[in-house]
Amino acid sequence: MARTRLITAVNEALVAEMERDPTLIVFGEDVELAIMGDTRGLVERFGRDRIRNSPICEQTLTGMAVGLASAGFRVVLHLMFNNFIYTGMDAIGNQMAKLRLMTGGQMELPITVIAGYGGGNGNAAQHSDTAYPALMNLGGIQVAVPTSSADAKGLFTTAVRGRTPTFFLEPAGRGGDMGEVPDGEHLVPFGKANVLRTGTDVTLVAIGTMVRPTLTAATALAGEGVSAEVIDPRTLVPFDEDTVLASVARTGRLVVVDEARDRCSAASQIAAVVADRGFATLRAPVRRVTVPDVALPYARNAEAVLIPGPERIAAAVRSVMERQLA
Amino acid sequence: MATPDTDVRGHVTVTDVDLYTRMLLIRRAEERLIVACADGSLPGGVHLYIGEEAVAVGACAVMTDRDYVTSTHRGHGHFLAKGGDIDAMFAEIWGKATGICKGMGGSMHVADVSKGILGANGIVGAGFAIATGAAWGAKLAGEGRVATCFFGDGAANQGSFSESMNVSAAWELPTIFVCENNGVSEFTVTSTVTGGTLVDRARAFMPATVVDGNDVHAVRDAVGAAVERARAGGGPSYVEATTFRIRGHLEAEQHMLGGGTYRSEDDVTAWQADDKDPLPRLAARLLADGTCERAALDRIDAEVRARVEAAVAYAEASPPADPDLAPQIMFGPTA
Repeated sequence: MARTRLITAVNEALVAEMERDPTLIVFGEDVELAIMGDTRGLVERFGRDRIRNSPICEQTLTGMAVGLASAGFRVVLHLMFNNFIYTGMDAIGNQMAKLRLMTGGQMELPITVIAGYGGGNGNAAQHSDTAYPALMNLGGIQVAVPTSSADAKGLFTTAVRGRTPTFFLEPAGRGGDMGEVPDGEHLVPFGKANVLRTGTDVTLVAIGTMVRPTLTAATALAGEGVSAEVIDPRTLVPFDEDTVLASVARTGRLVVVDEARDRCSAASQIAAVVADRGFATLRAPVRRVTVPDVALPYARNAEAVLIPGPERIAAAVRSVMERQLA
Repeated sequence: MATPDTDVRGHVTVTDVDLYTRMLLIRRAEERLIVACADGSLPGGVHLYIGEEAVAVGACAVMTDRDYVTSTHRGHGHFLAKGGDIDAMFAEIWGKATGICKGMGGSMHVADVSKGILGANGIVGAGFAIATGAAWGAKLAGEGRVATCFFGDGAANQGSFSESMNVSAAWELPTIFVCENNGVSEFTVTSTVTGGTLVDRARAFMPATVVDGNDVHAVRDAVGAAVERARAGGGPSYVEATTFRIRGHLEAEQHMLGGGTYRSEDDVTAWQADDKDPLPRLAARLLADGTCERAALDRIDAEVRARVEAAVAYAEASPPADPDLAPQIMFGPTA
């Protein structure tokens, strides 16, 4: 057990997997200097045949990942910020997400794309999106959203060893929280949510960067006599519907916290699943706590009011505690 | 069909009769698809390669199954030229379970990964980056493979054309860019939407040449030189083959054109003349140099037609695609 930042846990997992599998290749913009931290030290250790700075040309980088994987390699493509998926979208939406199906299963594409997401860093709207809702709707793309250092190591290892294109989304800018990381091999299965706090009155599903403010809100609510269960889904595709539905069956209430914009957010999908499969267990309307349907502005104060924090989350919970379905 | 032999350098040696037979197989297969499309046998549209056969056949004659190719939405010719099976291709186009992609891809997406055919592709220009990535893999593997990207003049206006040539040149990758310049970008004459010339764009990055794309020997020799250079570590090349698309962008396009036209019928007729069409041109050469007599060519044609009809029969007799398959193969297994 060592205590590290999330980004360092990814770095350690990447080193271990590159040691384990000589066909694992890492490329992307500025990966040699490791601007995001997760590829630090790799070029010195593995050389430029294994990790390589690319030109700035996302539509070609994403397509190259498909070609390199087709040629028998495991691929880690670093896209830096998840806003850059928009420039690389053809090979994401039309190739990575589709070719396994379109070739009748012939084409295995073991590709892991790393990208930072989310606001709160004064990066303005072109570097602050939470873009996983777009990825969730493409087809054959898995989406992992680690929140702890241990899960980052475990989910990353699972992503790299898999045979399906996977987006591994890191909280941008801050390097993630500090946390304990298991030594040695550590895999976290996809589609298995983590119940971070048990409770009886309300289920809070918190995605990625929203886990910390949600736990803060849950602690505050406990002081008011509200017992909140907090669930971290860890992966959005596949998504652990059963754990969420079982929790809502006990609590009767659901609040989903998501840094994506409200419209077609991951929270919207989760709310729809519970409305569909868990309607009879609900005792109050489902609430989504999300970013309003605007782009995140640059100024700190203007940005901060839009990103869900403990106060907004707690207020949403209080509103569902007051409301009771007949 | 003759199977190409591989010589000590890993190149394929193909006789002129093989070249002719392969080109004719593509021609007769697609002529049969015109009929099948018109009589409603096919679930979707087809984009035909008729008139351009010498490009795929000439280029693939210098590659082996271990080399990679990326193809276009007009990909039947590349698939057959690279050694893809016509039964599996027709079954795919007919939407059957025995199709090369189990009926999940169709005409625009025929692929056979075991033969290095990384797929026809419905996105114009998608092959540039995929071929470049495969070429990078080929270089890393160090086994002398190359990756050839077939694309049209229309695709050359995608930004990934220059992006992929840039990466291929900067990293000295064994990528061969084979431009099938047929003068039209779907329903638009390419010259009306293109600045400069395509070969000049390529010359900024790599050795680039323009050849008569309806002369199968000219294509084979130019691509052969590029492949040889790439296998020896000399990096990427660009070969532009001037050719002509005899059919429309897709079959049954007249329903979409609303009576309008986008090119001259006189041009279409001119490119079908015996001195332009790649098949009569090669046939004349085979007759003139004594390789074949007319009767031998007729016999080849009869065999090819029979092979195509057998493929139609196979496709028609095959079971339909499995409607439950898509959710089973959308995702691969996790670790």
